[in-house]
Amino acid sequence: MYAAIGAGLAVIGAGIGIGNVGAKAMEAIARQPEAVGDIRANMILMAALVEGAALIAILLAFFVGQ
Amino acid sequence: MVFMVSTCLLFAQNNNKQDHSGHNHASHSKTEGDHSGHNHAKGDHSGHNHAKEDHSGHNHAKGDHSGHNHAKGDHSGHNHAKGGHSHDAHTNACGFVFDKSEFNPGAVAFHHISDQNIYSIGPWHFPLPCITYVKGKGLDFFSSGKFNADYHGNGTNAYNGFVLYEGTLRKIENPNFPTGLVDIGHHNVKALGKKNAKGKEIAVVHLCHDGKQLACENKSTLDFGLFGGGLTSFYDFSITKNVFSMLLICFLLGWLFFAIAKKYRNNPNKAPSGAQGFMETMFLFIQDEVCKPFLGHKWEKYTPFIMSLFFFILGLNLFGQVPFFGGSNVTGNLAVTAVLAIIAFFVVNFSGNGDYWKHIFWMPGIPAWVKTIVTPVEFLGIFIKPITLMLRLFGNITAGHMVIVIFVGLIFIFGKNGANVGAAWGTTIASTLLTLFMMAIELLVAFIQAFVFAILTASYIGAATEEHHAH
Repeated sequence: MYAAIGAGLAVIGAGIGIGNVGAKAMEAIARQPEAVGDIRANMILMAALVEGAALIAILLAFFVGQ
Repeated sequence: MVFMVSTCLLFAQNNNKQDHSGHNHASHSKTEGDHSGHNHAKGDHSGHNHAKEDHSGHNHAKGDHSGHNHAKGDHSGHNHAKGGHSHDAHTNACGFVFDKSEFNPGAVAFHHISDQNIYSIGPWHFPLPCITYVKGKGLDFFSSGKFNADYHGNGTNAYNGFVLYEGTLRKIENPNFPTGLVDIGHHNVKALGKKNAKGKEIAVVHLCHDGKQLACENKSTLDFGLFGGGLTSFYDFSITKNVFSMLLICFLLGWLFFAIAKKYRNNPNKAPSGAQGFMETMFLFIQDEVCKPFLGHKWEKYTPFIMSLFFFILGLNLFGQVPFFGGSNVTGNLAVTAVLAIIAFFVVNFSGNGDYWKHIFWMPGIPAWVKTIVTPVEFLGIFIKPITLMLRLFGNITAGHMVIVIFVGLIFIFGKNGANVGAAWGTTIASTLLTLFMMAIELLVAFIQAFVFAILTASYIGAATEEHHAH
């Protein structure tokens, strides 16, 4: 059960992180609509990197929970 | 791509940990006489307590035996009669209970996303070739049609010491079990909880044949025990559902790309038409958005690899979304994503130049004491990058598939497995809408995850091949 709580905490962190990435990307696109292509690619890259941290936590939670 | 497939063949993921006790088995009437040979086997069972003293009658239809606690030596206290027997429960000669009224959404979801040795489209099962290697016996090659699987993927025959349980091969441990085709009938294979050497509860498939319980082994997996698998006495190199889907997608993609390439060769000055236009858009998108900005000055060398990754993953993601078509969950299989990540790992590290390794082991431009912190982190980063690639694709696709299965499972939960027809109909409408919504999101995820895998691999390769001139 502790593993599940740990996984949940990791997901909260990743959620905040990805939310920030998305929010800032939207702001940037609103400010400079012509740069939408570059911003989108970098937004997905950054979201994936933030997600990576959460995935490691979930993997650890999984192994502990086993 | 062919290399990817052949490597994936060598891996076999273990999806067999969970006890699939909660499946809907049709109630199966058995004559009373069958229960007279109620032989729980090896004489070492202690807690065999029946509420009724009369063993010969053993009437299961009335739900009158509550504590059917048959413990076979190591089966410590696995109570098969969860919450008493309803009239839907059926018990076979070995005391395996098949309770129709029980529904376990987690187990059902795991079963539906796991790899199988049969290809099921709706109620029909299509046999696939089974290639097994048994230690000491050698290779065996047969069709999974021999098992004559019922609607649920449980074989009604044993063949050469193998049984089919929920679509996957299991080997009967007893070496004296007759080879060739043996009729085992319906409702005689079941996963029972058992404690393993580490004291962890695992499910072991048991076959009930001639009133005897026979334990069955899972196939060998290369997870080194991390996911409850490990090496057993047999290896399964079969063309499973996932392998078949991979081969099919490789064939389709090959055919599509060769056809399009031929069009470009024959009509170089014509505007693209049909599928050519669609594929050109996607190809140029990946080339302009992923390869050119992220791969750096060597982008032309690595573009074929990135394109192979992208279209292979995209094709499998989309194929896994097709409803009623076997539901092959290839990119949601940890073994497949692990192989893709290992290939990415080798490509990144073999193409890494001196600067790349220098930045990992002796980062220039920072004080020496900081280097002692940075170097271990960077070194771990080499391995963490492919691990996250593996988990991201696996997690996203598996989660999507499981959510859909659980939405469908809501019908059985709220409808109480057919007991409450009104609630079942109401939930059917709600869960259809939810599933459609989820599938729309999944369609988006299929593209995004293929794109993310490609873009991350490209950025890792780009970082490894980057030339640094000055600091």
